[in-house]
Amino acid sequence: MRLNRRQRVLIGLGVSLLFLAAVCAAGILSGEAAMATDFSRKNTAPCVKYLFGTDWLGRDMLARTLKGLSLSILIGLLAAAVSAVLALVLGIVSATMGKAVDAAVTFCIDLVMGVPHILLLLLISVALGKGLRGVIVGVALTHWPSLARLIRAEVIQLKESPYIQIAEKLGKSKWYIARKHLLPHLLPQFVVGLVLLFPHAILHESSITFLGFGLSTEQPAIGIVLSEAMKYLVTGEWWLALFPGLLLVIVVILFYVAGESLQKLMNPGSVHE
Amino acid sequence: MKLEIKNVSYQYTKDGRKILEDFCLTVEHTERVGLIAPSGYGKTTLCKLLSGYLLPDKGEILVDGHPLASYQGYCPIQMVWQQPELAVNPRLRMREVLLEGDEVEERIVRGLGIEEDWLNRFPSELSGGELQRFCIARALGKRTKFLLADEITTMLDLITQSQIWHFLLQEVQKRGIGLLAVSHSQPLLEQICTRQVRLEKQ
Repeated sequence: MRLNRRQRVLIGLGVSLLFLAAVCAAGILSGEAAMATDFSRKNTAPCVKYLFGTDWLGRDMLARTLKGLSLSILIGLLAAAVSAVLALVLGIVSATMGKAVDAAVTFCIDLVMGVPHILLLLLISVALGKGLRGVIVGVALTHWPSLARLIRAEVIQLKESPYIQIAEKLGKSKWYIARKHLLPHLLPQFVVGLVLLFPHAILHESSITFLGFGLSTEQPAIGIVLSEAMKYLVTGEWWLALFPGLLLVIVVILFYVAGESLQKLMNPGSVHE
Repeated sequence: MKLEIKNVSYQYTKDGRKILEDFCLTVEHTERVGLIAPSGYGKTTLCKLLSGYLLPDKGEILVDGHPLASYQGYCPIQMVWQQPELAVNPRLRMREVLLEGDEVEERIVRGLGIEEDWLNRFPSELSGGELQRFCIARALGKRTKFLLADEITTMLDLITQSQIWHFLLQEVQKRGIGLLAVSHSQPLLEQICTRQVRLEKQ
């Protein structure tokens, strides 16, 4: 059976979303197992019973990895959603509210883009007292500028289009024009931007947790799992770092696949291919 | 109703060529005025000034003695653009495009030869001529007092042209809408207009 591009894209999107949902579900179900210690089975290499092995406290690494990833995905979703909404609002405000507002927003965009993400993220996270809240706020506040810039440019271009000028002359309100003319054009951009923010958010969350500025050590976040595993790499317990790291990369790649697929699906031109 | 243009000047850039200088014209709502001039003489610019898309550098545009800018909301002077493809949102179905107009009557939709089936389509699924009918219908809302037709049938075949103009003439006469028709074609304007104006190069 030969599949056309649209069908392949749909399959890719379906598979990646299914896998991500499965990771989340598994993580929620394995909450208890991720924390349970059992010294009779400590430092077991990967085997049939413990697919990812166990750590120095005898905790099941499969459960810990899944739990950590689901936590990361949750944080990624929250942070990316906040970030994308921020970008949408600031982008539209910047393009429609006049020169002074535009200058202010553009300055903020340049400012946040000018500082390395990870540095700003560390500062915000530490200032808010680390933990879940700090990480989410930090990731949300550092990831909006590129999407905001994109949306601003799009709105500026749309504003000049004849059909919006005509709608104004037909006596349509600003709200009507935003709802009927701007949003349908911005929505695909927004959704794709949102999905492509997830992997960034997850990676940054893991990195600052790994560096010790993120979540506390009681939570089995993927960054914590990885940073603890570092100490045991030299003693030969390679499975502690390999499998969680591999799964993190897979999750990030799958989010990219999902984002790219959505982009292809939402481009009206791709329907006829 | 009376549409007056008094000593209007306009140029797109500060040191650019003057498109219009001290231009005067009065159109009554019973009149059908033809505007003829070669490319680049400011026909479209004049239409955009008259319907409020552009503001004149000098002079004023009066509708019934009141400045055009004092009409908030629905503009009584509606312009039909030369390129229908740009004048409709590619993401709205044609049914919604019609709804944008001011309670466009079913009679107008039928009269312009718009078929029921077209209403559910997107602009990319219609031809330029079919789209232009929607644009004309949208501009013929209840509160429209003057219609500016900026080369609205240039891209159409003769049969469709005559169908559209036949209906438009009936409609504007019946409702007392003033018509300003722009065209390159002298014979067309002679057919449809009560008088003609020629724009001069500045």
